[in-house]
Amino acid sequence: MRLAPASMPWFAAHEARLMWRDGIAMLTGGYPARRIALTIFVIVVAIVLHLMANAIVGPWVEHGIAPDKATLVAITGTGFLFWTVMLSQALESVTRAYYSRADLDLILSSPASSHTLFAVRTGITAATTLLLACLLASPVVDVLVLHDGAHWLTAYLVLAALSALSTALAVLITVALFRLAGPRRTRLFAQIIAALVGAGFVIGIQAIAILHFGNMASRFALFGDPDFIAAMPPLDSLVWAPARAVLGDWPSLVGVVALGALGLGGTIAFAASSFGRHAIAAAGIGQQQVARRARPVHFRPRSQKQQLRVKEWKLLARDPWLLSQTLMQVLYLLPPALYLWISYGQSAGTYVVVIPVLVMATGQLSGGLSWLAISGEDAHDLVVTAPVPPAAVTQAKIEAVATVVLVLLAPIIILMLFASLHLAATTAVFAALSSGSATAIQLWFRVPMRRAMFRRRQVASRVSTIAEALSSIFWAGTAVLVAGDQYTIAALPGTLALVTLAIAWWLSPKGRRV
Amino acid sequence: MTDSAPLALDIEGLAKSFDRPVVKDLHLRVKAGEFYALLGPNGAGKTTILRMVAGLLQPEAGAISVFGIDTRKDPLGAKSIIAWVSDEPMVYDRLTPYEYLEFVAGLWGIDPARAQAHATELIGWLGLAPHAHQRCGGFSKGMLQKVALAGALVHDPRLIILDEPLTGLDAGSARQVKQVLLDKVKQGVTVIMTTHILEVAERMAERIGVINHGRLVAEGTLAELRARIGRETTLEEIFLDLVAEEEMAGGPAATAVDAAA
Repeated sequence: MRLAPASMPWFAAHEARLMWRDGIAMLTGGYPARRIALTIFVIVVAIVLHLMANAIVGPWVEHGIAPDKATLVAITGTGFLFWTVMLSQALESVTRAYYSRADLDLILSSPASSHTLFAVRTGITAATTLLLACLLASPVVDVLVLHDGAHWLTAYLVLAALSALSTALAVLITVALFRLAGPRRTRLFAQIIAALVGAGFVIGIQAIAILHFGNMASRFALFGDPDFIAAMPPLDSLVWAPARAVLGDWPSLVGVVALGALGLGGTIAFAASSFGRHAIAAAGIGQQQVARRARPVHFRPRSQKQQLRVKEWKLLARDPWLLSQTLMQVLYLLPPALYLWISYGQSAGTYVVVIPVLVMATGQLSGGLSWLAISGEDAHDLVVTAPVPPAAVTQAKIEAVATVVLVLLAPIIILMLFASLHLAATTAVFAALSSGSATAIQLWFRVPMRRAMFRRRQVASRVSTIAEALSSIFWAGTAVLVAGDQYTIAALPGTLALVTLAIAWWLSPKGRRV
Repeated sequence: MTDSAPLALDIEGLAKSFDRPVVKDLHLRVKAGEFYALLGPNGAGKTTILRMVAGLLQPEAGAISVFGIDTRKDPLGAKSIIAWVSDEPMVYDRLTPYEYLEFVAGLWGIDPARAQAHATELIGWLGLAPHAHQRCGGFSKGMLQKVALAGALVHDPRLIILDEPLTGLDAGSARQVKQVLLDKVKQGVTVIMTTHILEVAERMAERIGVINHGRLVAEGTLAELRARIGRETTLEEIFLDLVAEEEMAGGPAATAVDAAA
């Protein structure tokens, strides 16, 4: 069947084809043969996640799940945390839809309707947000379906409604920012909001971990607290509608799904008319020659390495996407952090929950920043043709990254010092190891690319991406065991981290670039 | 520039392969203070040759000497007197022209006061003054290329290597860039440039080298190249004749007109 050009299905098919090809290229690095390996990898990961979910959820389901207030509080709390992730992701995607040029110039300069394009792109944002939520929630939902019945499948419909609502809210926030702050500041403010929402999730997931998987007597911090539950609205309150829908209550389900559909549809209808105008305003930012005051020029005496470090800091500070990108990396790593804590951190005190998160986040942050500094060099030829020893260039860039990581991590370590010298020292040591490992991996697999390619850096090497993630996870595991004084067992993940690094080095391209 | 002028660039037996040989036993000499244009069809190996001179690629065989400095033995010494400008401007979107020039001057270890004065002079010379405090992200291709050129000149190189520097520039920007290069040659700087705009080579270059299949198939002044093909014609005709002649011969058979220069 031939779709009418520039119609909504036609745009949707076009977008879907681009997304599919983009996704496959990103995951396979352009090598079709890797699809089989990728499929096997996805299946293995899915099985492992389902087994983990089974171990966690199984005991809870054994005694039956009563639709009492405690259950509703637990489900609503968990759902809200999921929703904050969705909102953070949606806000980032919606902002990108307005600011990323790509084919937008072509489409906006054509007679095709920008309203239609906006509706399609907003719908796709909702779909990708749902996909992320399903990836995170599906192991738990599937296990619940297996143990407690098919009515838990309604959780997916609730997730779809939450995705629609988060996308709608993200669009409304973006439009409001355009109107209040203007196109130049909207992107920055949207990232800050996404970061704040994400930070809420970080704090919240720890509370959920304490609630569901920790020592109930000591770690039932918020949702399990009887006073907190008692203070919540009564059972018949509309607040619990999403949780009731998850539990299979059909009237609640219909209400929640209708709210999601109407919310998204209404928002698209409201915001579509201004999309073209805002997108064109956003596009004009690059062309606007802002009348900056001609400040007195003063070239400072700096060594070559100082010049390189200062340049890296300036570029990092001025990178419009860095905030959201690094934050999202940290967010995606929380489930494994949670798993580590569940498995090993039972006797090391409440602070132990923070350590794996910090160690992994440091590793991922260092990996991202190292990529920007080492591979994402926009003037690669300039730096290579400068009379600076290559080792000095690399050293200066690593120092620039390490300084940023240190500045971010130091205040947390200092705060931890007040609680425990042992835990603070453990976090500092393993965060340094995690950071150093990620940086080393980026160095071994460096491929010069434009900084704008940051989001697609995984394309350069799947091995480096996986090695970076594994080393962070293993160092986090080692840290949490050392924090819990389980030194003998800690040798296992520590060894695995070193083995990961050794394999990464072995697989890295050894022919040094100029 | 005289025949006894010292060599700015001396290439002996240069070779480089990727999936196939790209540069084969290349011998090339450029005198100090000369404006030398390197011509050749797409894929002839021009950019590869220049990237090896600039230290962006490692040769597989042969030697490159810049003002007597062996680039393999003393790469930093050679780099300190070379500037490289490619067709894709090597400029940071999020730095202003002044910040960029400060960074470049710092990399080349230029005294800040001297660099600052020179940067201000270059920015005025290239017509960048109204944009000197704006980030380069919104600049046109021509403006970016001028910023890159200012970066190449801010450290006073003795040899400037340019790979298709006029690609995508409007007439005004192209004229400014050409004038800056001619002025530099007058000051004694050596310029080596690849270009597909044969008119530019014809008007600006003192000597022209024609590369095909990674070898120098002809070299000389415009008059010498005309004499080589035996008729008074344009550089475009000469270039096409030389390349066709070499293709018909089944490979690089010709020798340089001015091999002894």
